[in-house]
Amino acid sequence: MIRALLLAGMAPLALATPALAQTMDHSMHNMPGMTMPAKPAAKPKAKAAAKSATKRKAPVRRTAPRRAQPAKTQAADPHAGHDMSGMQRMDMSGQQQAAPTQNPHAGHDMSAMPGMAASTDAGQDPHAGHDMSTMPGMTMPGDQPAAKVGTDLPPGNKPAPAPAGDHLADRFWGADAMASSRENDLRREHGGMTVYQILFNLAEYQARKGGDGYRWDGEAWIGGDINRFTLKSEGEGTFGKPLEQAEVQALYSRALDPYWNLQAGVRYDFKPNPSRTYATVGIEGLAPGWFEVEGALFLSDKGDVLGRAEGYYDQRITNWFVLQPRVEANFSAQDVPETGTGSGLTDLEAGLRLRYEGRREFAPYIGVSWERQFGDTARFTRARGDKTGGFSFVAGVRTWF
Amino acid sequence: MSRVLDRRQVLRGASLAGGGLALSAYMPAWAQPVSAGIAKPLPTVSGEDITLKVAHQMMMIDGRQSHAIGINGTVPAPLIRLREGQNVRLHVVNELDEETSIHWHGLLLPFQMDGVPGIAFPGIPARSTFTYEFPIIQSGTYWYHSHSGLQEQEGHYGPILIDPKNPDPVQFDREHVIVLSDHSFHHPHYLFDRLKKESGYFNRQRQTLAGLLAGKDQSLKERLEWGKMRMDPADVADVTGSVYTYLVNGYGPKDNWTALFRPGERVRLRFINASSMTTFNVRIPGLPMTIVAADGLNVRPVEIDEFQFGPAETYDAIVTPPDLRAYTLVGESVDRSGMARATLAPREGMAAEVPPLRKRPLATMKDMGMGGMDHGTMDHGAMNHGAMGGAAGSMSGMDHAAMGHGAGTGAMPGMDHSQMNHGAAGTAAGGMAGMDHGQAQGGAMAGMDHGSGTMPAMNGDQMGGMDMGGMSHSMRDFSNAPEVKKGPGVQTISPMPVDRTGDPGQGLENVGHRVLTYRDLMALDRNPDTRAPEREIKLHLTGNMERYMWGFDGEKLSENPDPITLLHGERVRVTLINDTMMGHPIHIHGHFFDLVTGKGAYAPRKHTVLVQPGGTVSWDVTGEEGDWAFHCHMLYHMHAGMMRVVQVRKAGEATA
Repeated sequence: MIRALLLAGMAPLALATPALAQTMDHSMHNMPGMTMPAKPAAKPKAKAAAKSATKRKAPVRRTAPRRAQPAKTQAADPHAGHDMSGMQRMDMSGQQQAAPTQNPHAGHDMSAMPGMAASTDAGQDPHAGHDMSTMPGMTMPGDQPAAKVGTDLPPGNKPAPAPAGDHLADRFWGADAMASSRENDLRREHGGMTVYQILFNLAEYQARKGGDGYRWDGEAWIGGDINRFTLKSEGEGTFGKPLEQAEVQALYSRALDPYWNLQAGVRYDFKPNPSRTYATVGIEGLAPGWFEVEGALFLSDKGDVLGRAEGYYDQRITNWFVLQPRVEANFSAQDVPETGTGSGLTDLEAGLRLRYEGRREFAPYIGVSWERQFGDTARFTRARGDKTGGFSFVAGVRTWF
Repeated sequence: MSRVLDRRQVLRGASLAGGGLALSAYMPAWAQPVSAGIAKPLPTVSGEDITLKVAHQMMMIDGRQSHAIGINGTVPAPLIRLREGQNVRLHVVNELDEETSIHWHGLLLPFQMDGVPGIAFPGIPARSTFTYEFPIIQSGTYWYHSHSGLQEQEGHYGPILIDPKNPDPVQFDREHVIVLSDHSFHHPHYLFDRLKKESGYFNRQRQTLAGLLAGKDQSLKERLEWGKMRMDPADVADVTGSVYTYLVNGYGPKDNWTALFRPGERVRLRFINASSMTTFNVRIPGLPMTIVAADGLNVRPVEIDEFQFGPAETYDAIVTPPDLRAYTLVGESVDRSGMARATLAPREGMAAEVPPLRKRPLATMKDMGMGGMDHGTMDHGAMNHGAMGGAAGSMSGMDHAAMGHGAGTGAMPGMDHSQMNHGAAGTAAGGMAGMDHGQAQGGAMAGMDHGSGTMPAMNGDQMGGMDMGGMSHSMRDFSNAPEVKKGPGVQTISPMPVDRTGDPGQGLENVGHRVLTYRDLMALDRNPDTRAPEREIKLHLTGNMERYMWGFDGEKLSENPDPITLLHGERVRVTLINDTMMGHPIHIHGHFFDLVTGKGAYAPRKHTVLVQPGGTVSWDVTGEEGDWAFHCHMLYHMHAGMMRVVQVRKAGEATA
């Protein structure tokens, strides 16, 4: 009878306002026209029914959604007979166990309400998912805390015990043996290891007008996840001539956040002559959009200030071919005639290299590189009779180990 | 061992199979047989006094020699078959030149016999013998493996089968143990080292420009949005088929290990995921499986066509092959980069068609912990979380657990912005309907103040116009996870994680057949402890894929975080919140926990649970005295720091 009323109430709802039903939350607030029975009178009976139900042999339950069936057997179940099969998009998944009726709501077969999630999980309150208490025109029995059991019960808020300072295994195997094992087997083997890498992003032959040359740009680091010792080196030259540029940096590197490292230390320029030593501070990391970016400031032992910005992007053409556009720009705060450096943007280098990552550690590449000096730097270079830039075809290997 | 193919037998098999194929031409290159099938059962040891010798050895996989660490000369290690109620002494002879250990995965035992160096005992030194001794107080399918370094990856794992004292409620005519694992011809330290230096090293299925031009995978807009967050949706597995061969009982796909049956028999398959890093999708095309046990303990039978399980989980399934034909057993890696393959056949030498690898899944917004915002009909890409946060007065106080409802449809359950017009939202965009704070659960949601009228702007039109501008910011909002230590080890915080125990697992949402979910599981026996948990412990699974750092609450074990403390006999609820985009199989030693999936006193009990990307899982557990390991069972995640000590003490001794 009640079920019939319910159905009568539900049917127009489901038919006339499918949009509402579809997006209806499982607490069914604002759900008009639904009537639920008042609080059940026969609670002890419900328990008895549940008990006997658990003794039944468990049938093989299929996970495919079943047709709605009128709730049977649980005559004493206070909620028995709420057939809400007309409801759309409702999936009381936690409630549709056929056999085990420890669950006081068993018998609400809501299985034909596909798509509506009222699963009884995370709220810790199995009933929270289908609180229908505020549905207009719908009366629901109050919550039934007495019927909840086991994992359906919400947690309390007892405080956690304070950590004990000792180690139980010491009592069985000796404190010394365990102390050494904790350090070597546990701490060091679970996040405490040292890692290193040596990476040459560029190591190449440059074919260009006026004498072929070479170029390298690499970095090595050793340490943990946060603190690392880092060496960087880059330089270039022309075959048959003395080295034109060569520098090495020794840096302490510290992780600032998931992507960025702060790096500080010294830089020493072997070339050009006269050589210079700089104090260095910079950052290196991965910028949004997967750009590998590096920026640094250098203060020389003569008080000169230089700057550098570098970035590249690895564009996978396929999972084996990678195209790397790369830019490097150097700046100077002042003219340094001794090293042929002019103030402002001193030089810019842009390259495009296509590499084959058959093995990621040893990826041969070909590409083009364009270099140009600017302002006073270019003037100094021209005064020496050297070139201020141009195109090169490059071939090299990106390698790391 | 590998037999020469008997052609007549094969032809007979093929014709009998009626569509089953035995001819290699029908198989992908990697599944070309090197043998006609190997129906070799696992070597077995049993009794009260068992000797296990750990030593280096060679093993043959798909016709190729590989180095391994095995036990008693075999990989997997021998099946240890015990009986509930017996005592067992296990003498472990370490013939290696390094320390080793054996952890008895899933067994309830005194903690000092649990086998974790540095927590339970000091390990078994090189060239020495250690004797474990403990009573067997349970039954079911379990396994054992090294807990020292990365030895597990080298083959140091094997199955345990404990027969019940009382008649088994599961009836079967025949049983096979199916140990799935991942084997590399490289040394595990090499694999870990690569991950540390370039975390995407093993992924050869990343999104590419060629893919974009061919219209594959994400759209350009999505790629830019994900790129902005520095998240790679193709990062589904860290170590992949590019370096792994996936094994069944130590045999590769070409070896074709074969389990025999007679048509009509009830065959019990005891699946153990003994892999180091691989979540498997397991299916037997043409043969439904009835799951009867999970992690060794009986569950109410549930018939499915496929299940996903993470490293260290076990499932027992009953199959009843009706016909005199071969069936292929497929254990596909979650990222679809390879598969373990075996055959169920009436006779050795038969084979069935091996299905091709399916398309690899891409992570979704839900995998990023945006599950609570997944509105089905709504365009995720067009949703501005940042703006939402603002409008809602920041989502920070939101109770994650309470957000967990309805993972299935992924509506925004548990949130009620009372001013919202469900009807309108429904017609306009399917928008924010389904949000409900539910006065009934006011307690849980207390931290959330939406006032009234804070969300009136949430109608479909405006939703559509929003962009992802604020997203990258809100993907690492520590106010969503006050427990988490802020640092480089935390790349993301799931802004709105949802309970995903109702989900079939990453990449199995639309496979067109029945896939097991945790919500399908229900214990056969009433849970032994049905008290309410006295408190809740929230633990965030955190990581940074770029630096390959993994931890709990932003800390690695090497940073000496405080242990997780419990009293002996204390009942607590543990809620795991996955703040990463990868699934993590979380394992607690020495305990079974009861999954909170709405099953009351019949919660499924497990020792390991796979927490889906961006999802949550809650379980109740009763403290058992001891110091216990608690960790992610992805070996390299654990090695990178994703481990904690659970300290369970008797009440009086707790503050000793």
